[in-house]
Amino acid sequence: MNLLARYAESIFWMARYMERAENLARILDVHETFSRDTRGVTNWFSIVQLNADEKDFFSRHDRPTAEAVIHYYMFDTQNSNSLLSMLHMARENARALRPWISTEMWTQINVFHNKLLEMSTSDVPMQNLSKVCTWIKEECQTHTGITEGTFYRDQGWYFYQMGKYIERADQTTRLLDIKYHTLLPSPVEVGSTLDVSQWTTVLRSTAGYHAFRRVYPRGMSPTTVAGFMLFNEGFPRSVVMCVRQIDGVLTRLRSRYELRGGAQAMERVDELLSALLSRPIEAVLRQGLHEYLDWIQLQLITLTTEIAQAYFGMDAPVAVQAQSQ
Amino acid sequence: MQPPERCRPVGRDWFETSAGESVSVPEGKPSDLLSSYNPGLYFDELFGSMDLPAEHTALIRQRLSGLDFDELRRRAQDVERELYNLGITFIVYSEKDAVDRILPFDIIPRVISAKEWTHLEAGVTQRVAALNLFLHDIYHDQKILKDGIIPRELVEGNSNFRPQMIGLDVPFNTYIHIMGTDLVRDRHGTFRVLEDNGRVPSGVSYVVENRHMMQRVFPDLVQDIGIRPVDNYGHKLLDAMMEIAPAGVDDPQVVLLSPGTYNSAYFEHIFLAREMGVPLVEGRDLVVENDRVFMKTTNGLAPVHSIYRRLDDAFLDPRAFNPDSLLGVPGILDAYRKGNVALANAIGTGVADDKAVYCYVPRMIKYYLDQDPIIPNVDTRICREADALQYTLDHLAELVVKPVGEAGGYGITIGPRASKAELEDCRAKLLADPSNYISQPVVDLSVCPTVTPDGIEPRHVDLRPFAITARNTWVLPGGLSRVALKKGTLIVNSSQGGGSKDTWVLEGGAS
Repeated sequence: MNLLARYAESIFWMARYMERAENLARILDVHETFSRDTRGVTNWFSIVQLNADEKDFFSRHDRPTAEAVIHYYMFDTQNSNSLLSMLHMARENARALRPWISTEMWTQINVFHNKLLEMSTSDVPMQNLSKVCTWIKEECQTHTGITEGTFYRDQGWYFYQMGKYIERADQTTRLLDIKYHTLLPSPVEVGSTLDVSQWTTVLRSTAGYHAFRRVYPRGMSPTTVAGFMLFNEGFPRSVVMCVRQIDGVLTRLRSRYELRGGAQAMERVDELLSALLSRPIEAVLRQGLHEYLDWIQLQLITLTTEIAQAYFGMDAPVAVQAQSQ
Repeated sequence: MQPPERCRPVGRDWFETSAGESVSVPEGKPSDLLSSYNPGLYFDELFGSMDLPAEHTALIRQRLSGLDFDELRRRAQDVERELYNLGITFIVYSEKDAVDRILPFDIIPRVISAKEWTHLEAGVTQRVAALNLFLHDIYHDQKILKDGIIPRELVEGNSNFRPQMIGLDVPFNTYIHIMGTDLVRDRHGTFRVLEDNGRVPSGVSYVVENRHMMQRVFPDLVQDIGIRPVDNYGHKLLDAMMEIAPAGVDDPQVVLLSPGTYNSAYFEHIFLAREMGVPLVEGRDLVVENDRVFMKTTNGLAPVHSIYRRLDDAFLDPRAFNPDSLLGVPGILDAYRKGNVALANAIGTGVADDKAVYCYVPRMIKYYLDQDPIIPNVDTRICREADALQYTLDHLAELVVKPVGEAGGYGITIGPRASKAELEDCRAKLLADPSNYISQPVVDLSVCPTVTPDGIEPRHVDLRPFAITARNTWVLPGGLSRVALKKGTLIVNSSQGGGSKDTWVLEGGAS
């Protein structure tokens, strides 16, 4: 059964936007909880940094106040990284995919988007932010659940997984990158209540706090948190976990569906995975976490390009005389 | 939660009760639901007329009468919400943005007896046969032109006549594979053809979805009535698409070619692709190499054999037709002419559903089939003819004047309802370009009980049956009943605020 290249692309991006939206809702939610301390302003700004939106943000806002940042990331349709924009993109992809995906998947995204759109006409007061973020997160999880339960398992399913895990890996590196730097403790703060609570925030954003506690019952250090988020083999949002999934998906696409393209992407994932597995966190930190995360992000971006070239019809179409069935 | 303001479905206000609003049905007297209903002088689809009482709807009327008006409105509201959430919508473009609208759905069904349907089915089949014979003729020997039955310039001078089709043979000589015939019913209960749609008729998805919706919200009304099913349309369409595929292909690849997500009928394209189980492709998904059509897949190019295209001729192939079209597939005409790909409908069918050619269809039926039309036309005058123009100008206030090139109810002047200024405007246009117009008497469209803010009221309806033809013709039982929701209006088009009703064709025993 053939899969239209354009469908594969839409599936890939629908998955990415839904994953991205969930991550952003998590980050906003957790920040809301922790922005009541003395570093509130800094915290809101770090979300802008995390998404590398400084330039765009300051072109329309003077200061990163809570209100400005929240509006910017919830409802600003000029900001392609806002939840409403993401949902819009997810819905546009889903709309293109309606002949392919289940009616339930489409309906849920459609209703979700329409509710968010309606909400955007009235301001979300700070007291409700957490509630709204929880709702968004749950809608994203509902999407995940409906997808798991209704998405027909053929090529399309693997492109969905691929999009989701590439996005998730990317999000984890971004969160870690910005947090590691804004939170790089000044000598006085090491081990202070503030320091620990900031790292807790990072873990909570990725729903990893309890799992982390289980793995490291004593102590929380930048090293253990970074190591956990990068390399842990059981944590569903760790970079290693995500890359392993991408690897498996690519392998199955090429073996089960005999897709000819994708050799380059396959090679890149293999390299990325062995690089991730070859160095302990201490060595990574010694040589510079930021550079390391940058490198991973670059690998993921290049991987996306290679996948697009291999499967989404980005290449000038070469006349492969495909046999009938 | 409510949908956002700007996306609210048309007609939603009907279902909002405000304090001062009067509802014609007194509370606590549910049996009164239809008792104050008065269709006036029009033929009524549920009650019939004095001469032709609708005995086949007795049970349905009885059940409807037993319902409470508020209950009816509540169910209607449920339906609209569901249609909106499911995205069973068409897109309306305003100055600012594109808005999803549902086609308003009225929950009182339109019912056709088995006997009436036998008549309609035969009439539609006959008409499709004649139009296909006509198309084959004008693209081959042109006997009908040589015999002077239809003016040559009307055909060859028609903007939808495609010289590229001359001499080309198509499978089973079928050009119009999917046909939508617009029927109206006059004051005497006689069905008449108002218009043929032989290019890319739309609306069939609503027929099937309306039925699903009806079965969900009105199980108590539907039960044991014996309604002919409509949900096999997709299978029938796929069968036809396979049948017309190029010979020698074992398992032909069928696709549906859509202009894309921004097309107002995109939902229907999705619906049909899903029902057929075939990919919905856009022009950019297809390429032509060595006069063969391929689609771009994750594994390179895969051959395509049969295309249900929902794209007008003009956009189909920028190399052959409109060079600015980004929606089409360069080279597809050559592939088609070589017989490497089937297209439904064929290229060049627009000349057969032209409003001016329409007037000649009864003569066509006589000419090709030696039969009388089973369903008559509405009496029509062709303003290109001097007598007809004079008659039209003399009786402007009594006639409906239609431009022949427009679709969707645009540009129509309804004489009896037009202001003096509008009539003068119409007269000027007629004189400036008479051959662009036809005129018809006002047909007193039949009515059907419909839910309105003022209770159950008569509203005008039409009927568009859908016929699928490859080797043979199959007609979907029923069709799309469109209803003019605004009081007194005759225009039922969705772009003009019309809605739709579920259309029931009763099984044999029930009539």
